[in-house]
Amino acid sequence: MGANQQVAVRSPYRLDIMFMGAVVALVLVWGAFAAALGSDAPMRLQGYVAIVLASLAGATMVFGAQAGTLGVDRDAYSDGVIRYGVFMSTFWGIVGMLVGVVIAAQLAFPTLFSHPDFGFLNFGRLRPVHTSGVIFAFGGNVLIATSFYVVQRTCRAKLWGGLLPWFVFWGYNALIVMAALGYVTGITQGQEYAEPPWYLDIWLTIVWVAYLLVFLGTIRKRTAPHVYVANWFYLAFIVTVAMLHIVNNLQVPVDAFSSVSYPVFGGVQNALTQWWYGHNAVGFFLTAGFLGIMYYFVPKQAQRPVYSYQLSIVHFWALIFIYIWAGPHHLHYTALPQWAQTLGMTFSIILWMPSWGGMINGMMTLSGAWDKLRTDPVLRMLVASLAFYGMSTFEGPLMSVRAVNSLSHYTDWTIGHVHSGALGWVALVSFGALYCLAPWLWKRERLYSLKLVETHFWLSTVGILLYISSMWVSGIMQGLMWRDYNELGFLTYSFIETVKAMHPAYVVRLVGGLLFLSGAFVMAYNLWRTARGDVRDAERALYPDAPPAGNTTPGAPQPAAVPAE
Amino acid sequence: MAEHDPHAAKDPKAGPGTTGHEWDGIREFDNPLPRWWVLTFYACIAWAVVYWVLMPAWPIPGGQTNGVLGQSDRRNVATDVAGLQAARAPQMALLTSVPLESVAAHPEAGPVAQEVGRLAFAANCATCHGAGGAGAVGYPSLADDVWLWDGSLAGIRQTLDVGIRGDHPDTRFSAMPAFGRDGLLTREEVADTAQYVLKISGQTANPAAAARGQAVFAANCTSCHGVDGRGDMTQGAPNLTDREWVFGGSAAAITGQIQNGRGGVMPAWESRLDPATLNAIAVYVHGLGGGT
Repeated sequence: MGANQQVAVRSPYRLDIMFMGAVVALVLVWGAFAAALGSDAPMRLQGYVAIVLASLAGATMVFGAQAGTLGVDRDAYSDGVIRYGVFMSTFWGIVGMLVGVVIAAQLAFPTLFSHPDFGFLNFGRLRPVHTSGVIFAFGGNVLIATSFYVVQRTCRAKLWGGLLPWFVFWGYNALIVMAALGYVTGITQGQEYAEPPWYLDIWLTIVWVAYLLVFLGTIRKRTAPHVYVANWFYLAFIVTVAMLHIVNNLQVPVDAFSSVSYPVFGGVQNALTQWWYGHNAVGFFLTAGFLGIMYYFVPKQAQRPVYSYQLSIVHFWALIFIYIWAGPHHLHYTALPQWAQTLGMTFSIILWMPSWGGMINGMMTLSGAWDKLRTDPVLRMLVASLAFYGMSTFEGPLMSVRAVNSLSHYTDWTIGHVHSGALGWVALVSFGALYCLAPWLWKRERLYSLKLVETHFWLSTVGILLYISSMWVSGIMQGLMWRDYNELGFLTYSFIETVKAMHPAYVVRLVGGLLFLSGAFVMAYNLWRTARGDVRDAERALYPDAPPAGNTTPGAPQPAAVPAE
Repeated sequence: MAEHDPHAAKDPKAGPGTTGHEWDGIREFDNPLPRWWVLTFYACIAWAVVYWVLMPAWPIPGGQTNGVLGQSDRRNVATDVAGLQAARAPQMALLTSVPLESVAAHPEAGPVAQEVGRLAFAANCATCHGAGGAGAVGYPSLADDVWLWDGSLAGIRQTLDVGIRGDHPDTRFSAMPAFGRDGLLTREEVADTAQYVLKISGQTANPAAAARGQAVFAANCTSCHGVDGRGDMTQGAPNLTDREWVFGGSAAAITGQIQNGRGGVMPAWESRLDPATLNAIAVYVHGLGGGT
């Protein structure tokens, strides 16, 4: 495959462009049929949107060919696609978090935006927009952008595949647009975190295989002798998500132009497959992928060597082999056979230390540089993400214990746990990486304002703390109310009474979410000013240490040894 | 732990050194695994192995390892449910053995009926009738003394059993015609009748229209709602003079009702809840605002 890069550049037969042209043509044909023959109005809308998106892609390629901008500069890293990735990450982050605030408000005040005759804004439609929006749109774009950046720098090689990285990026974002539009118009597969319908599942498979090829191709043609640990994590994330996605989406569509399909697994088998998928989406998308980010950006920003090579090897392989077993802990005390629940629980406990290996390696990388937490708010954000990572990877095994789960399951404790991981770990480490990337990619001297990063840090941290503590209160209270019996041997509370009791916690959660969202707006402004090349001069004295600049040429000699403190 | 002293290992000047590799300026120390990390990892694995020995754990041909404790979730649940039912049995038996009219005043059955009824109502009935039976538009209030059907204890129990306009063979049934929609009355006649209903319910009405409506009412409505509009509980026809409404008492709401003849549906609970629970709900609802 390494040779194909040369072909793609030198030969008139650009395989990458031929592939993309064929894909665009196929989507156009399918879109035309779906727009004409779609089984219902939402499906026909999907067809029209597919036509629009494919036409945009086709027009871009045709005009690009005429203008001669489809060439590939072999002497520079592929950073254009990453700059777009930083923009889209920020955009989808704000969209996903905004929808999260809306549905948090709907849970506290149920009649808000609820229109029985106009379902687009109802909770049930918006909830998958929020979850897919923050996990796959925000998180996915951050992962694609950072992985493209990191693999090039640590392999000292330009991205493989000619324009294929652009296909991966735009193909992935087209998927998000189509899926979100489907959710609000009522198209869903009905499996949590796997809501996109069958034809988008096929589309994602194509995009994801292209992503894998780009990543593997780049590693293959590396000029660095060894593969850096961050790339192991990225690769594990890409490979495993491909496997999870394909197996959990084995569906038989009722018609080529209908969004409806039926899963090949039924009953408890379907449930187990779904949570094997769901839990490992957490494990490989939200943990392994973001550990890849951590392993590059934390040592880079701290300008310190990684704490332990040995630990990185051991915790990587332990994490990979053990995470895949833990899914059944989502199905405690259900029709799932008890032995499978046992395995899910015990492997979750064993997973505790492998998870913490990443936290230790990240935290201890700061040894000798702890003082930077005072002077570098970006580093502080990255370290805070590791603290939340450590907390939620302890809480997870705890909640997987069946006795604890009998209290926590089906309550807001689960929601709080997810958000301590999603806001505390995934979002904070992503914000930290975006703050690093913006000045590097736009070749700016430094961020526009580190003071605004401080503001963002505190808005986020207070928001997270309000969110997770209110959900602990709400969840544990509801769990205890559900199991409370009166002296006559009957339940003390009806379900609706538990819901009423949770209202104050829901309001606090809404406030926390609003704080977190406002922090994301502060970041978007800061990144925009940075990309424009602005710097707040007044802050130069306040924060004398500018972030280190990235390496900009493939195959270039490495920067000199890490500067001494 | 001396050789693992983190401060010694952490110091780049005196520590173990790096692996010698470098990626984009990033190097890695060759520190050993933290001992506490390794020991905790082993302890978790040991705990898991012990748990596997004790509990059902690994699939094997023909089944699974059942564990030396012989635990089974399904058996535990069956035991727990049976135990709870046995503990509740004497109290629940009172709800069917004491005559329905005497339950509320019965020193033992009364409190049980109140508690069971309150919970069963909140879990099954409050979705439509509201917490405390306050009702909503289209869903009658149960907390007043106005009843569409029989508001006695036996009558409430009967309604619970068979439902209203449901699929039970003996369901309580009545259907108000859609006078306007189906063309039985003209638009003007519908509006005039609404004015008449406003008048007999003691609200402000247009006198001329109400007078015209009275004739329409007499010809079309009295067979169910009675000559004086006081309704007929045997066919679920509401009293129109009492200012208590199912679908609202404004001119627009009354006009809409005459136009479309809406009627709500209540499911039959006979096959969903046991007789003791149904008796308890009847006693609870009767206590909210029952009458005869």
